[in-house]
Amino acid sequence: MNAAMAAELRRAPHLRTPVSVPVLMRRVLYALVPALLAYTWFFGFGLVFNIAAAVAAALATEAACLRLQRRPIAIALSDYSAVVTGVLLAFALPPLTPWWITALGSTFAIGVAKHAYGGVGNNVFNPAMAGYVALLVSFPDQLTNWLPPRMGDIDYEGIGLLANLRFMLSGGLPDGYTLDALTRATPLDLMQTELGDMRMVAEIRNSSLFGDFGGRGWEWIGNFVALGGFWLLFRGVIRWHIPVGMLGGLVLSASLFYLYDSANFPSPGFHLFSGGALLCAFFIATDPVSAATTDRGRLIYGAGIGVLTYLIRTWGSFPDGVAFAVLLMNMTVPLIDRYTQPVAYGTREPRS
Amino acid sequence: MNQPLLYNRQPPRPAWGVRVDPRKTLSTSEPIVAAPLPTQVQLPLELGPERRAQAVVAPGDYVYTGQPVARLETGARNVVCASISGRVAAIRPGPIPGPGPRVAECIVIDSDGQDRRHADCVPAGDPARLAAARLRELIAQAGIVGLGGAVFPTADKLGGSQPVDLLIVNGAECEPYISCDEMLMRERAAQVLDGARIMLRALGCDRAVVAVESDMPAARLALRAALDADRDPRLDIAEVTAKYPAGGERQLVELLTGREVPAGGLPRDVGIVCQNVATAAAVSELFRTGCPLISRIVTVTGGGILNPVNVEARLGAPLADLVAAAGGYTTTNCDLVMGGPMMGMALAGDRLPVTEATNCLLVAAPGELSDAQPGYPCIRCAECSRVCPARLLPQELLVACDTQDPDRLEQLHLDACIECGCCDYVCPSRLTLTPVFAQAKIRQRAHREQQRQARLAQQRSEARNARLAAAEKRYADGPAPDAGEAALTDLLARVEQRDERGDGG
Ligand code: SF4
Ligand code: SF4
Repeated sequence: MNAAMAAELRRAPHLRTPVSVPVLMRRVLYALVPALLAYTWFFGFGLVFNIAAAVAAALATEAACLRLQRRPIAIALSDYSAVVTGVLLAFALPPLTPWWITALGSTFAIGVAKHAYGGVGNNVFNPAMAGYVALLVSFPDQLTNWLPPRMGDIDYEGIGLLANLRFMLSGGLPDGYTLDALTRATPLDLMQTELGDMRMVAEIRNSSLFGDFGGRGWEWIGNFVALGGFWLLFRGVIRWHIPVGMLGGLVLSASLFYLYDSANFPSPGFHLFSGGALLCAFFIATDPVSAATTDRGRLIYGAGIGVLTYLIRTWGSFPDGVAFAVLLMNMTVPLIDRYTQPVAYGTREPRS
Repeated sequence: MNQPLLYNRQPPRPAWGVRVDPRKTLSTSEPIVAAPLPTQVQLPLELGPERRAQAVVAPGDYVYTGQPVARLETGARNVVCASISGRVAAIRPGPIPGPGPRVAECIVIDSDGQDRRHADCVPAGDPARLAAARLRELIAQAGIVGLGGAVFPTADKLGGSQPVDLLIVNGAECEPYISCDEMLMRERAAQVLDGARIMLRALGCDRAVVAVESDMPAARLALRAALDADRDPRLDIAEVTAKYPAGGERQLVELLTGREVPAGGLPRDVGIVCQNVATAAAVSELFRTGCPLISRIVTVTGGGILNPVNVEARLGAPLADLVAAAGGYTTTNCDLVMGGPMMGMALAGDRLPVTEATNCLLVAAPGELSDAQPGYPCIRCAECSRVCPARLLPQELLVACDTQDPDRLEQLHLDACIECGCCDYVCPSRLTLTPVFAQAKIRQRAHREQQRQARLAQQRSEARNARLAAAEKRYADGPAPDAGEAALTDLLARVEQRDERGDGG
């Protein structure tokens, strides 16, 4: 028995959960599969190509950044966090996005939003949303060209797998197609512009793009996103505070205005099932690194995102406010954490 | 008794803590076995932090089982008793279980194989008639300390001036693998209750509750049966959810009574005393048979042990004897841990003596335990703070420990950390947290002491300056007509001299 041996002795605790970071990240990816299938059903294979481009660029950028910092590459790449960032960014982009735009966003997300801040664990901003916003302000047109959902009576002129691929690679479309003819505004977009044109919600909703609550097709995707989200909750990958806070904040503010004037403010259901609300609540706002860490803090953080999303959607100049809301709330995290620190056991001031 | 109960018989499941595979059944299928008499025992004279004993026997002396062999360095109280009969072979430094290899002065006794009882080992009289102070004195002299792992002198816990309204007899052994308390309650429930009753008398308290975990129904039934036979209205059972660390002293106090032990304080500060069930049994043993603390039950378990079982072993017996009593090793290169896998201490080998703190010897087969794996940084998932029973923010603490920021550590209440290891257990980044906190706590204490000294020094120098100024003023205000420069210097020198004497004190 000597000092050298002592140094090798293990230190308590001697047991650890098998749920490591890669396991968590992989579970996030699994949970996105239902949404991916629904998405592909309604909007074609665009998302699959988006994911391929975004993930490839994310991994390449991650490797390059680590290389530059002379940090081990293999272990960091194997944690799947770059993959998750790429996939989430891809989900936010329209199905017809040229590959280089996707790749650029992904590169920005990993290179600037993540590594410029010191890599995973230190990034202040949600990388996927930072990447998305960077693209949105740089390429506003390309980022609002959505395809209409493939649903029965919508005058859908789908483009096939190969055509979609060709467009993403070269920007070219098959003869007889134009981008304008193919794409539609998203329901959120439509709602915002038409409300701006002094129309009433009920009128606008007559458009074939609208379903029971939100956009047609979008509602279904929303269900599948939520399905994945519930699975994540069930497996303990995420905790309930942020989703509840976010959806609560959104629905409450929407309800308030809807009750006040339902002709000019769309219903809470519309907000819930449109755009990225559900994806954000379960997958984006719950990114642990850039979120608040205390339970109360997470409720506040989530609620902040929900309310801001509503405000931006209603009065902002961008159709969906999710990304901006997340980034704004990211900035408040240190403050929230500071003011929601729980009272430690046995340190409560004695009541006088 | 119409007052409301002081405690909750079935507290709700706590939000904190972790569910770890208990693996207790490994060692509960067989009854407790007695280890064969050791051929040699080694009794450390280092009894705990800042508690040392001095041998009262010399090499070559013959000692009987139960004979006092050492007394407290401070005070004349006997606190260590021979655990076998035979000759004192030596009094020399020997390895003892401790963080890293620790060496302490030990009394080594060679057994004569007779196990002859010391003549003084007879019951001191009916404990129900002895005075509380006398009970405490006898308990102290029998060397009885907390057998749950903390080895705090039982008599000291039972004494004290603050009023106590509840004695918690802790059988809620929450660490995985360990089953010595459970088996004790199953087999010797009446003894536990008897010990609890004696401790109530020593405490001057009239309520005791034995806490068990929800995953030890057999122990609860045994206790219930003993309670029914006993009909003492002062005793009761409570059942806490089997979740680590629900059996921790502070956690148990919170679960059962809703009170919180102040950070840095003792349960006593909120009117509660906690004693381990094995300690209670040892107290009962002392008053019923006269036998002081010479043995304890040790869970010998793990994938590296052939027949995991609870072994009743003499204090000071080599751990290797216990392994042998449990069938021996299954493989070589096992990991040895004293205590459970969450808070236990890794051992360098089995040539160490059983001490009062040895509740479990975990012999883990290769791959049975898992370690920190550096590689991933903290992802701020806050799983650690979700499970922290002290409601701390381990992820923030880790940052503050890295930057060695004492004020931030203070603000994050590092001192409230009970080093339970829950944060490490759940961390998906496999970070090393608890050991870092343990180290930081030591540094933080040193830092606080330094600050205290600095404050004292400053106060002193301020006081001195004030006195000098006052002296000067006195001189200036009312100068004696013939007082000159010399008188002032003289006065100042005297003042300074006095201050220096004061400083030394
Ligand atoms: S070791 Fe300390 S910080 Fe970690 S969970 Fe336990 S009490 Fe909390
Ligand atoms: S559990 Fe580990 S990774 Fe998660 S916040 Fe705590 S220290 Fe960080």
